[in-house]
Amino acid sequence: MRNIAALIAGAMFGAGLLISGMTNTKKVQGWLDVFGDWDPTLAFVMGGAIIPMAIAWRITEGRKPALGGAFPEKPNPVLGRKLVIGSVMFGAGWGLVGLCPGPALASITFGGVGGFVFLLAMLAGMLMAPPLRAKLD
Amino acid sequence: MNQDWLMGLIGGGLIGTSAAIFLLVNGKVMGASGLIGGLVDKSGLGNWQERAFWIAGLVVAPALMTLMFGLKPTNVTGNIPVIIVAGLLVGIGTRIANGCTSGHGVCGISRMSLRGIVATVFYIGAGGLTMIIFKHVLGVI
Repeated sequence: MRNIAALIAGAMFGAGLLISGMTNTKKVQGWLDVFGDWDPTLAFVMGGAIIPMAIAWRITEGRKPALGGAFPEKPNPVLGRKLVIGSVMFGAGWGLVGLCPGPALASITFGGVGGFVFLLAMLAGMLMAPPLRAKLD
Repeated sequence: MNQDWLMGLIGGGLIGTSAAIFLLVNGKVMGASGLIGGLVDKSGLGNWQERAFWIAGLVVAPALMTLMFGLKPTNVTGNIPVIIVAGLLVGIGTRIANGCTSGHGVCGISRMSLRGIVATVFYIGAGGLTMIIFKHVLGVI
């Protein structure tokens, strides 16, 4: 059951990324390009995504997940340099090409050579991250 | 309303609903970088099946949709060195920050997590700055 739910969630996520235009790097870079031809679409995507998720977090209060276990606890509001350095690195890469991890995978069957190379580099980066993360502790 | 904005809102609703299903049924935060990265660095092999099924859905659904309704352009740059640098930055950065647009953005902001909000401010800020420097000043993207 966990796997079926994960498959459905993954499929809906992928469909949502495609429909919303987030697999189109031009739209993502358009959102970040405040001094160019600014495209506010990403704000509508974020808004549309945050509403059902905010309701979901409300539902979790005092309950347990449908398939058992426990809901993730709210992380301590500790910011730290890992959060800041990592987010700045991520944002820079996101701006350069216009892909983040979800859309990079969602578009792999139609993103051409560039999309494939990006995914490989991203996976390599994920493999390189743990020792770098340990150094920042 | 602009057609693209409407599609953004509808697609965003699907994204949020998918994250809500993953949270309410499986009891987990649906963060793309964490779900993928946990398999890559082997820190998340404990629930590898759940992760693999999620990734399968994420890849297959858009593939089928583009087969049925036609290809959607991704407009990825042809500049391979830029792509490699960007991919490495996204991979390393999201794993150091422990989240990306889905985990920190969608799932974090919706529960008013300070970490999620701060991460989102920094990655959008860095993305905007990157556009200024590399597009408008240097003209390389």
